[in-house]
Amino acid sequence: MVRTAQSGEFIEGVDDQMTPEVGHFALALALALALVQSVLPILGAKRGNILWMQSARWSAFGQVLFVTVAFLALMQAFITSDFTVKNVVENSNSLKPMLYKVAGTWGSHEGSLLLWTLILTVFGAAVALFGSNIPQALKARTLSVQAWISVGFLTFMLFTSNPFDRVFPPPSDGQDLNPLLQDVGLAMHPPLLYFGYVGFSIVFSFAVAALIEGRVDAAWARWVRPWTLAAWMSLTAGIALGSWWAYYELGWGGWWFWDPVENVSFMPWLMGTALLHSAIVTEKRDAFKSWTILLAILTFSLSLLGTFVVRSGLLTSVHAFAVDPERGLYILGLLAVSIGGSLALFAWRAPMMEPGGLFKPISREAGLLVNNLILTTATGVVLFGTLYPLFYEAMTGGEKLSVGPPFFNAAFIPVMLPLVFAMGCGPFLSWKRADLPGVLQRLRFVALLAVLGTLAVWYLAEGGPVLGYLSLMLAFWLFMATVREWTMRIKLFEGPVSTSWRRASNLPRSAHGMTLAHAGLAVAMFGFIGSTVWKSEEIMFVQPGADISIGGFDVRFNGVERVRGPNYFADRGELTVSRDGKYLTDLFPERRTYPVAQSTTTESAIRSTLAGDLYTSIANPASEDASTQGAWTLRILYEPLVNFIWIGSAMLVLGGGLSLSDRRLRVGAPRRKAAVTARVPAE
Amino acid sequence: MGRILAFIPLTIAAVFGGFFLWGLNPDRDPNNIPSVLISQPAPQFDLAAIEGLETPGLSRADLVDNAGPVIVNVFASWCVPCRAEHGILTQMVEKDGLRLFGINYKDKPEDATKWLAELGNPYEKIGSDLSGRAGIEWGLSGVPETFIVGPDGTVLFRYVGPVVGDEAIARFREALEQAGALPRGQNG
Repeated sequence: MVRTAQSGEFIEGVDDQMTPEVGHFALALALALALVQSVLPILGAKRGNILWMQSARWSAFGQVLFVTVAFLALMQAFITSDFTVKNVVENSNSLKPMLYKVAGTWGSHEGSLLLWTLILTVFGAAVALFGSNIPQALKARTLSVQAWISVGFLTFMLFTSNPFDRVFPPPSDGQDLNPLLQDVGLAMHPPLLYFGYVGFSIVFSFAVAALIEGRVDAAWARWVRPWTLAAWMSLTAGIALGSWWAYYELGWGGWWFWDPVENVSFMPWLMGTALLHSAIVTEKRDAFKSWTILLAILTFSLSLLGTFVVRSGLLTSVHAFAVDPERGLYILGLLAVSIGGSLALFAWRAPMMEPGGLFKPISREAGLLVNNLILTTATGVVLFGTLYPLFYEAMTGGEKLSVGPPFFNAAFIPVMLPLVFAMGCGPFLSWKRADLPGVLQRLRFVALLAVLGTLAVWYLAEGGPVLGYLSLMLAFWLFMATVREWTMRIKLFEGPVSTSWRRASNLPRSAHGMTLAHAGLAVAMFGFIGSTVWKSEEIMFVQPGADISIGGFDVRFNGVERVRGPNYFADRGELTVSRDGKYLTDLFPERRTYPVAQSTTTESAIRSTLAGDLYTSIANPASEDASTQGAWTLRILYEPLVNFIWIGSAMLVLGGGLSLSDRRLRVGAPRRKAAVTARVPAE
Repeated sequence: MGRILAFIPLTIAAVFGGFFLWGLNPDRDPNNIPSVLISQPAPQFDLAAIEGLETPGLSRADLVDNAGPVIVNVFASWCVPCRAEHGILTQMVEKDGLRLFGINYKDKPEDATKWLAELGNPYEKIGSDLSGRAGIEWGLSGVPETFIVGPDGTVLFRYVGPVVGDEAIARFREALEQAGALPRGQNG
């Protein structure tokens, strides 16, 4: 039986509802362990006390265990619809399908914060478990820094956002989760995004630990690389899924809106991509050291900034969490300590780092420097556009404005296009000093193909904006230059296939990974361009029996039927799609109404092929006058090549995975200095 | 030199932090802006209809001598929050019987027509403000913005940003009640 604090009475039938208390208690235990871990290992590293350093291993495991218990306790409350828990009442409903009850665990501010902390501790424990090749002292310091972040978030949760708060008397049913959020893509989207966001925390901890130690070298860069890659992969997948969700679920027919919440996930991605490349220079050439450290700090700082913006109500966005100034102030304090502290440490220690290997203006290093400069500028553009409304308001004493897609498209795309050009050449450059005329000579044929490909599209598509064609040419260029580089490395077509096969299997997996990821970006670019420049759209009032033709398809509207789902009812349109008189498929777009949440959603129906998506959605006509009696509003879009975006994103993630599986990262066990010997790039 | 460079990130971060701290001021509401127009007559403007749409245009003359207060909503098809707001305004027209006028701000006529065809058109009249001139007269800071105008053409209330979410809707309805457009006590 449970004794409630408010009334002191015993309630029947709630014997099994102790779990939330267990969860709450587990969080407190995790905090206690995090406090120990923030102090003991780092002191041990300073004093050379091995036992203290090793304590980090067990406290990291303990933290992950207790936070997992708390997470499962909350999930159990959601699964069993325990409406004594406030968070469940506000974010669930007994009628909801089970999958979305489970996903409700991380659907709210409190729950997502718990997921955040869980992933934070998972990364700490993973370093404790797999980091056997990392020197004891660096590992101890890294885990202590990671524990500082844990302490910050655990106290934040326990003091301002406790997911286990109770309500009394418990209501009979919950207030549902926004039906928009009832989608598999969305259910999986936050965990992946958070793995990315929070994954960069461990890279941050490594960077701060290195600053405390005052030592960054090639070995450090190699230890950090797998963690950066893992976080980057998750973030890429998370962003792609989020955009997929916006495209398929929101029914707006777009995949990116430059909304503040999208931007704050995109900025760590841009910065993380820069970090990934700058760390290569540190690993191979022992250069760019303070720059790599700075990028590591900034990447995670931007993740934290995202958390802050989404939860503080600082900016207006379509999908922010509920606003609470107290929480905002707490996170700002966290930001000040973590970002301010690490950057102050950087300002103090970075000038003491010895500069690394020298290089000529035309070299692999210089190419990667260009990559870093462009990515940093692009991040700056997004950051500026996202926060400009706030700056403007502060500077003018209260005047407001909003920054929309026109700014971002005009400022971001021109910054990124030179990067795409450079990406084509970069992998051909050798370290220290490269032969640019030689490289360009090798790429003559690629350039010719890119021009021809663009001309072919121009001939077929009959017009379009110049920027579209320029982007298209660069996408062709990047794709073919990447393939060319790969075929040159394995000497394809230059000898027997068996030789090429042998060379391919001898090539480090990270090289294959780079090829796949770079080609993936080119593929995604085809998707961005096709679905932006050559999109066609029809919106009309139609009576049953009407025929519409769009993008070469003929669509017949057969009428509308009322159907029922588990917690909604819907008007379902019936469409028959054919081309040149040949039947292709039936489509059933729906307009769903969720009575409990009192909201409606658009469920578009899509015929998806590699060539493009035929995207249909349906709604009631706005005003019922004579001309629209019995009619429906039908919206049909044709988005050419849009699926290339998801294919390209998958290639990016797989490329990262291939690189992550490189055996040099797993074995190798580089001793300091031993790893400095630079490899000569394969021809 | 390196020493000074190394301080740049910290300095920038501190400046950002200052802005954030200012932004968290509990008195600041990103959606609440005092307007010089409040209690003043609505500004002069005369806007033609959206080309290709049957809904008539809007001018100041439409805002005076009405039987009760009316809502003037500034929207655009390129504005994502406007989409979110659209259903709520539609409900106010359909359920509460309020009168809604629109100013279509810097929007291509064909885009605006498509947008209205897709989401529905709850507006009685819509002025097409292609140049943004009327927007200046109304003192717009962004889109969407929604005004409540009294029967005599006096601006009674201004709401900046989308009227979306329980709190925003409650505030807006309260303003409508004060204006006498809704009976009191129905808030919620």
